[in-house]
Amino acid sequence: MSLVRKRAAAIRLSRRGESSVEQDGERPECRAAQEGARCDSTQRSDPQAVRRRGEARGAALRGLGEKQGILLSLLFYKMLGFLRHPLVVTADINLNVVALTGVGLLSRLWRLTYPRAVVFDEVYYGQYISFYMKRIFFLDDSGPPFGHMLLALGGYLGGFDGNFLWNRIGAEYSSNVPVWSLRLLPALAGAFLVPMAYQIVLELNFSHCAAMGAALLVLIENALITQSRLILLESVLIFFNLLSVLSYLKFSNLQKHSPFSPSWWFWLMLTGVACSCAVGIKYMGVFTYLLVLSIAAVHAWHLIGDQTLSNVCVFCHLLARTVALLIIPILTYLLFFYVHLILLYRSGPHDQIMSSAFQASLEGGLARITRGQPLEVAYGSQVTLRSVFGKPMPCWLHSHQNTYPMIYENGRGSSHQQQVTCYPFKDVNNWWIVKDPGRHQLVVGNPPRPIRHGDIVQLVHGMTTRLLNTHDVAAPLSPHSQEVSCYIDYNISMPAQNLWRLEIVNRESDTDVWKTIMSEVRFVHVNTSAILKLSGAHLPDWGFRQLEVVGEKLSRGFHESMVWNVEEHRYGKSQEQKERELELHSPTQVDISRNLSFMARFSELQWRMLTLRTDDSEHKYSSTPLEWVTLDTNIAYWLHPRTSAQIHLLGNITIWASASLAMVTYALLFFWYLLRRRRSIRDLPEDCWLRWVLAGALCCGGWAVNYLPFFMMEKTLFLYHYLPALTFQIILLPVVLQHVNDHLCRSQLQRSVFSALVVAWYSSACHVFNTLRPLTYGDTPLSPSELRALRWRDSWDILIRKY
Amino acid sequence: MLCDTSRLLPAGAATTLPAQPRSRGSALRCRRRELHFPGHPALPFCDFLAAQLARPSFPPGRRVILRRGRMPPVMGGSLAGSERRARRGRCGPQAARAVGPDVAAEDAARSPKRLVQGSRRFKAAGGWALLAVVTLLSFATRFHRLDEPPHICWDETHFGKMGSYYINRTFFFDVHPPLGKMLIGLAGYLSGYDGTFLFQKPGDKYEHHSYMGMRGFCAFLGSWLIPFAYLTVLEVSKSLPAALLTAALLTFDTGCLTLSQYILLDPILMFFIMAAMLSMVKYNSCTDRPFSASWWFWLSLTGISLAGALGVKFVGLFIILQVGLNTISDLWHLFGDLSLSLVTMGKHLIARILCLIVLPLALYMAIFAVHFIVLNKSGPGDGFFSSAFQARLSGNNLHNASIPEHLAYGSVITVKNLRMASGYLHSHRHLYPEGIGARQQQVTTYLHKDYNNLWIVKKHNTNSDPLDPSLPVEFVRHGDIIRLEHKETSRNLHSHYHEAPLTRKHYQVTGYGINGTGDSNDFWRIEVVNRKFGNRIKVLRSRIRLIHLVTGCVLGSSGKVLPKWGWEQLEVTCTPYLKETLNSIWNVEDHFNPKLPNISLDVLKPSFPEILLESHMVMLRGNNGLKPKDNDFTSKPWHWPINYQGLRFSGINDTDFRVYLLGNPVVWWLNLLSIALYLLTGSFTAVALQRGVHLPAEVEGLSQVLLRGGGQALLGWVLHYFPFFLMGRILYFHHYFPAMLFSSMLTGILWDTLLRLCAWRLAPSSLARGIHVGGILSLLLGTAYSFYLFHPLAYGMVGPLAQNPLSPMAGLRWLESWDF
Repeated sequence: MSLVRKRAAAIRLSRRGESSVEQDGERPECRAAQEGARCDSTQRSDPQAVRRRGEARGAALRGLGEKQGILLSLLFYKMLGFLRHPLVVTADINLNVVALTGVGLLSRLWRLTYPRAVVFDEVYYGQYISFYMKRIFFLDDSGPPFGHMLLALGGYLGGFDGNFLWNRIGAEYSSNVPVWSLRLLPALAGAFLVPMAYQIVLELNFSHCAAMGAALLVLIENALITQSRLILLESVLIFFNLLSVLSYLKFSNLQKHSPFSPSWWFWLMLTGVACSCAVGIKYMGVFTYLLVLSIAAVHAWHLIGDQTLSNVCVFCHLLARTVALLIIPILTYLLFFYVHLILLYRSGPHDQIMSSAFQASLEGGLARITRGQPLEVAYGSQVTLRSVFGKPMPCWLHSHQNTYPMIYENGRGSSHQQQVTCYPFKDVNNWWIVKDPGRHQLVVGNPPRPIRHGDIVQLVHGMTTRLLNTHDVAAPLSPHSQEVSCYIDYNISMPAQNLWRLEIVNRESDTDVWKTIMSEVRFVHVNTSAILKLSGAHLPDWGFRQLEVVGEKLSRGFHESMVWNVEEHRYGKSQEQKERELELHSPTQVDISRNLSFMARFSELQWRMLTLRTDDSEHKYSSTPLEWVTLDTNIAYWLHPRTSAQIHLLGNITIWASASLAMVTYALLFFWYLLRRRRSIRDLPEDCWLRWVLAGALCCGGWAVNYLPFFMMEKTLFLYHYLPALTFQIILLPVVLQHVNDHLCRSQLQRSVFSALVVAWYSSACHVFNTLRPLTYGDTPLSPSELRALRWRDSWDILIRKY
Repeated sequence: MLCDTSRLLPAGAATTLPAQPRSRGSALRCRRRELHFPGHPALPFCDFLAAQLARPSFPPGRRVILRRGRMPPVMGGSLAGSERRARRGRCGPQAARAVGPDVAAEDAARSPKRLVQGSRRFKAAGGWALLAVVTLLSFATRFHRLDEPPHICWDETHFGKMGSYYINRTFFFDVHPPLGKMLIGLAGYLSGYDGTFLFQKPGDKYEHHSYMGMRGFCAFLGSWLIPFAYLTVLEVSKSLPAALLTAALLTFDTGCLTLSQYILLDPILMFFIMAAMLSMVKYNSCTDRPFSASWWFWLSLTGISLAGALGVKFVGLFIILQVGLNTISDLWHLFGDLSLSLVTMGKHLIARILCLIVLPLALYMAIFAVHFIVLNKSGPGDGFFSSAFQARLSGNNLHNASIPEHLAYGSVITVKNLRMASGYLHSHRHLYPEGIGARQQQVTTYLHKDYNNLWIVKKHNTNSDPLDPSLPVEFVRHGDIIRLEHKETSRNLHSHYHEAPLTRKHYQVTGYGINGTGDSNDFWRIEVVNRKFGNRIKVLRSRIRLIHLVTGCVLGSSGKVLPKWGWEQLEVTCTPYLKETLNSIWNVEDHFNPKLPNISLDVLKPSFPEILLESHMVMLRGNNGLKPKDNDFTSKPWHWPINYQGLRFSGINDTDFRVYLLGNPVVWWLNLLSIALYLLTGSFTAVALQRGVHLPAEVEGLSQVLLRGGGQALLGWVLHYFPFFLMGRILYFHHYFPAMLFSSMLTGILWDTLLRLCAWRLAPSSLARGIHVGGILSLLLGTAYSFYLFHPLAYGMVGPLAQNPLSPMAGLRWLESWDF
């Protein structure tokens, strides 16, 4: 895909180069005319479109205002045939982009395998790469799987077998780890940011100088370099963020002159796909997607208001946008999960979090146990019952010989009957027998009598043969609910209340049969209407710290903690207690297979990923969003085991400071112009104002949507979370500079002075880059005094060895 | 002649006429008339009156005047419609013949002025009468059976209790700002309640205690919601039927009714929200007469209501946001009006800053000032606040206490963690159990005052008794290395490279040593946050950190509860992450040192801004602390608009008197449908306008009402509903009610407009009028009938539960999740 993009860009560039050689100032108009012409030739069948485009071209040509310009465009119109030739190697711009890509690659790929050790979060992503290599299912709540898959692609191309224990930062890589190819993809993504920044500024209709400035700033941003050279996802995320913005800009520039041309379609589709890829890497990508969507919505709204277009035409435009910007991203997103689930088909350490049905769909693990179980639960079935909710941990309904203590610590009494708990480990005491209250048999009849929704059952604990019971006694830890016990008759006035009505929650009709794994059921107590529920509290020592199970009396609607499903299941064969115990100890056998549809697996996986709550642990290098803007914090990524060479995530402080300054300048100028326009004082010509607004909406908007949401997040945050926002800020910087130069510097003298200042400022940025370079690449050991000299802020944590 | 001019003036052009001299009086009068009796044919109740009197009421020329200037387009559009009707009735002879009864009106038009004036008065009276009816009905429903049940219902236990606290002047802590509870307390006080009832738990009988004053006050405020909503809708849509429909929806909603009948904050909050909304739209329609008395009145009333809303609950922020957005767009329009000079603009800006920012802020602070002045006795809320704060409460041990001001070696102190509800640094003669770090003496934080909280400050290198009178007093300074010896057990505060019991990444903190002799792991550097080296440490005021010298970690409380072996006190750790959080900041609270002069704590009393800031921090943290547990049932925001589940106010069993907070499903589902329908028609109209479709004048007017008036209601709904999706705290069904008010207003506006549009399609037959009247009437009657069905939910029911066919509510349990 990137190849296609590059080629398309090259074609465009060569053509643009041609025009700018002749007369730089008229570049956009000329290009417009050419492209109008080119696209016309491809779509002559639609007369209306041709007419419209003709008008547009006419307008563009008129806009030139010069006869020479018109002649020039006509010339180019005729010359287009030559331009199609692939041999046209002309323009300096082309070389610019090539050169930018070259230095970008150089800066990101130079000594990529150094250090040959696990650096910072590589320890985190590496384990997932290993899982991919071994095809083992895992669950990572940090983001959708596309990013992990891309990293794993590097491992796949490098022939990684997944055999590396990712357990410690700084551990040396063994020889089977293809470090170069693992780090290649993020590095490539990081390198392409440089030409892409150039292209974006150009597409925003700012000058080549500004575009070069943006690219060169991205090039010497230390934090971006560090982050790109390791097995991390930020650079890939930024790449797709910028790609979606760039392709949207290309698309909207084409919109004026050649709608529905192939390149128009290409860039529109690419916008959707790039957005979806960004979301697929990290959820943060959603915000850039929303930004692009809202800008597209504003443009579409103008389109609706454009009364020169026919209704049908407007409708077609809207339809194309809906398909490309809403439907395609959703499909692509689903595709990521599809590939993810296809790739990972073996069971692994994260199985437990998933439902029984999901686990059974994986090879090995639960599937091995449950393969061939009978599907329909019948009277006499032996089952284990798993709590569907699985919070605070997945567990099975459990009972054991021990009874509730007569009196709890707080003085309340209990029934002193046998404890019923939820136990997070597989155990023979998790087995229950489903019994027909009307009969005494504990075996499955022939033919088996399946149990349906609404049937009354009793649950017999397999090892102790006591019946599951609840009564109006306060539960040990949740006094508002009923205690659940296995009934023991103490000959006091407490009769057994052990009838339960079965309710299948996910039934399709009221006569559904209770199925293993698939059916999610509730047990409603017949006498008291209480519902069997996992309360989530841990019992004290007398309950072996297992989880409390209660009868929820005030059923305030549906909650997943009241839902259970059968996990292991077999038809009981022996009536005798001793034989049955033997039977329970032996593993289940029988055989039938089952499949879960992709959508069911996707929705479960996605839901678990979103709701999984890991304990937010503190981290030495965690920081708050406010510290990012001023670069008050850094992250030490790696320290050489012997020398003082080290890698830090540290930004080029000149760029950070001036980017923030540029944004403030932009905001002030914007409001100033806006207020003056409202009073009908137009400082800027209309087209200049429009591109100024669009640049601000994209760059400031991009910064805001990638930065402000972090204030609402409760997870542990790091400096690298700021990099996507920073990239947008950097792109804004040359835009503001050009604006100041063009519109605020009134005399030639002022302009010269300003240019000189810009050059001075840029060289200071280069100087900072060069000074911090040892910490970015980590290739030079520095003496303690040099290190101390690099500690420009007290809050920077630069590691100095004590000898 | 006059007729002709009015006919020839298209509605759009009329609004752009140059500004006429400001004939304030007539414009006002005209508007009011138009407001209550727009010339539309379809007025369900006053239709007859309107037909008789409205049409020819004043010469058309004046209508033109009326529409000049800066009238909001909502009005212009609506008037344009009425103009059309009137014109047809009056001037076209055919039309006059077609509409038979109007002949009388024709005569009236030509009759002397006296008659016109009389009819005007009559209509005004009619409008007032209708308003009176609505208000009366609202009061009647809210006050009916207000005294039942005579026991505590649901959250009355909190808010009633807090009312009592105000009467008894004891300090307490709540997550909401104080205005609502203060008003409840005031109402109780005025109605003779003495504050002695305990309000222990729901279901307790009030017996001889007077509770009707407080309930009556809440019901009184709750009753005003309906007239407010009625007037708001009338103002934005200029249509009586829409206003009536809204009023009916709210009057006959069991949820609003239930919520208004008890001692709760919600009726008070909703009162202020609706008052703010009403005064905002009123002031919006005063824009043509800026700086007039009524303009100032409504503007400042908006500000006052905003302060009230925010003073009751932080949910009031949403209405502030709405008013803010409205003000910004208003100012933006003014700014774009080039006929206004910048000086006038500045005046506008300053007026809004004064009335909408300065005034509410002043009032809000005044509320807190009263709160702090009234509550001057120590009470259950003390522990939530800092030591300095507690010093102002009489009865607290810090009140009027006198202790040495600066910390010196040899002082005996207690050290309090600054994190809310975290307690004092504590140790006791129990060791950490086997397997948890080193088996040394436990160090915890403990919420209560106890001898085991006392520590002695010692120098790190000498063990001599600093209290020896021969030695000079030596003050502890910022950056000093000290040792803290536990007074009761003579062990030193100690830390080492063992993981803490619960927070694995931190180090364990223990008590170590015998009789004060330990090792170098007992040394701590004491630092004052944001101070320079060498400063003395002040009691209460200094925020200190204790940094362990050997490991470089910071003493902190993780806030986690230790298991049984730690007596369920809170864990103390030494955290290696040097982040500045409240967990690792402490202050010295009690301080004993016989060698130092005591000073009165009064000098340490915090100033009012400090108290204000602190109480807000505590409230915010309290709000964030209300987190639901994983396995609990919690109400989700998406449950609310579909009326998925109610809240049980009182009673569970068959024999109990049961009250169940649940919206009238007919009303709620109609609201839900209306929102969907509104989005559909609204976007359809917006797209049509954007495409430049030329709508007939009447439809144009209606669509303006739909887009502007409806848009305002929709914005209110969105602002009062969607933020809840982002909230992490525990949520309840009743949080939706402010949003529900807005969605009912939207429903009223939408259905009136839609029916008018339908009628317009079929114009001018009598069928058209029939459709409008019939539609509105059937909606009104349907709501009333559903209220008849569901009223036991609010007024209380006794007898079997609804599942039982014998129950009075049998067959009404339309959703399984309702349990009444």
